[in-house]
Amino acid sequence: MSDKPEKFIDENGLRLDGRQVDEMRPMKMELGVISRADGSCYLEWGKNKVMAAVYGPRELHPRRMQKADSVLIRYRYNMAAFSVEDRIRPGPNRRSIEISKVSREAFEPVVLTHLYPGAVIDVFAEVLQADAGTRTAAINAASMALADAGIPMKGLVAACAVGKVDGQLVLDLNKAEDNFGDADFPMTFTQDGEVSLVQMDGNFTQEEFKQAVEMCKEGCQKILGMQQEALRNKFAGELSTDEVDVELIEEDVVEAESDDVDEGAAEPEEVDEDVEESQDDVEDDSMIKADEPEFEEDEPEDEPESEEDEPEEETA
Amino acid sequence: MSALKKDYIYNLILKGERSDGRAFDEFRDIELRTNVIEKAEGSAWLKLGKTEVLVGVKLQVGKPFPDSADQGVIITSLELNPIASPDFEAGPPRENAIEMARVADRGIRESGAIDLTKLCITEGEEVWMVFIDVHVLNNYGNIQDAASLGAIAALMTATIPAEREGKGEDSPLPIRDMPLAVTLVNIGGSMLVDPGLDEEAVCGTRITIVSNQDGSISGMQKSGDGALTEEQLLSAVEMACKKASQIREANLLNI
Repeated sequence: MSDKPEKFIDENGLRLDGRQVDEMRPMKMELGVISRADGSCYLEWGKNKVMAAVYGPRELHPRRMQKADSVLIRYRYNMAAFSVEDRIRPGPNRRSIEISKVSREAFEPVVLTHLYPGAVIDVFAEVLQADAGTRTAAINAASMALADAGIPMKGLVAACAVGKVDGQLVLDLNKAEDNFGDADFPMTFTQDGEVSLVQMDGNFTQEEFKQAVEMCKEGCQKILGMQQEALRNKFAGELSTDEVDVELIEEDVVEAESDDVDEGAAEPEEVDEDVEESQDDVEDDSMIKADEPEFEEDEPEDEPESEEDEPEEETA
Repeated sequence: MSALKKDYIYNLILKGERSDGRAFDEFRDIELRTNVIEKAEGSAWLKLGKTEVLVGVKLQVGKPFPDSADQGVIITSLELNPIASPDFEAGPPRENAIEMARVADRGIRESGAIDLTKLCITEGEEVWMVFIDVHVLNNYGNIQDAASLGAIAALMTATIPAEREGKGEDSPLPIRDMPLAVTLVNIGGSMLVDPGLDEEAVCGTRITIVSNQDGSISGMQKSGDGALTEEQLLSAVEMACKKASQIREANLLNI
């Protein structure tokens, strides 16, 4: 692990990776990358590479887990053993169990759960390469995968994090900022502007906290715009014949992206271009893993002891 | 819990009342006793209403983590033992327990409440390892805040057992801050502090905010299947900081 950099922001106000404080790492996403799944999304965000797949709604076994009045949502956040510098032991650990829980709860407010009583929707998020901000990247991908699967939702969910380095708030932490920074504050916004995931550690004054919420919100709106564009690119053909649907989507489009609605429909290829090359190297890898839901038992048999809990930064 | 009771609690809150007669911003009575376990280096028995937790602090000499060779180690664990509630089962911790334990752990770690550099004995070789174990004895809701208050109280009474380990003279654990968790729940659009067991069952969204003496925030976690508006989040943070400072004043400053 590298040592703490002396300064995170240089005299020109640029961060270690050359970004402005309120600038996100480049993000690209592609839908429908896992053909066996009902919906899927591959997402790259800086050096993060994550894959999300959705199976369902489908029958839930064992039956005692069924909920009489709503669908059960299961979310599994999982990091590949090779996704980080020091190999991590495969399988769930305390960190991934917590992330899975809060991520699921980020989606529960938007999915129209009452439509499929007794059924289950499985969301699998696999982190293939981790470089700070994997839970937010996974949520952004999962949000797209759910939409790709046609799961009825009130809206999309977008996630990003704000942190603090050198006493300055920064959007979308990179690895060094995550490891050595003074705060990490991941958040999700729903399309209705509600907050469905909040976690924070580090230190914020109350004033900084308020600013951080605003920064996160702007970041999430940008991501939302990109998610909508990617969805439009895939489904544009189906939408353009159906005016009602187009309007529904248009209604919630963030200001910055709102002019793109028609263009997007006219030129569906636009975003796909830069994503395409990434698809190849990914599909060759054994991505098939996500096909096998391993959720029969909800607990790992060999629970790591609390020591494992300690060095969070090493796997974060 | 029956649908009827849930309805009752929910409708009462819509009318501005809580089932136990508290105001929305009112904590249950807090009773704190420290140094209750002689064998532990520090301990606290905390009652929050009828919720009871016992926190013990043990110190041991151990090896530091390679990436923080000059710092002591904190390990917090919290288990929902079956003794505390008919709903808790023995066995490996469920996601709820894991989440609670990790939020408690981050609250203490991230606030810098313990000066870890002072826990270094020989850099890279020996440091003090601080084990904070939260034993939940009786669950009537809001274990999170009870654990947080109990943990910091136990830490404040803890001694480094240097003589026992042949590492010099005993000294108090270097405590720099008093982080406190305050949990609020959203029921029918109202934010209530210190949820009781019934209220926890009714609420969709719970948010825990850890704040420090200077009013800064060092931890936060939203939990539950609902969402919060931005205003609710901001007002929750403000309320949590205010409540934390009141609780600190009433219970911790005289330790």
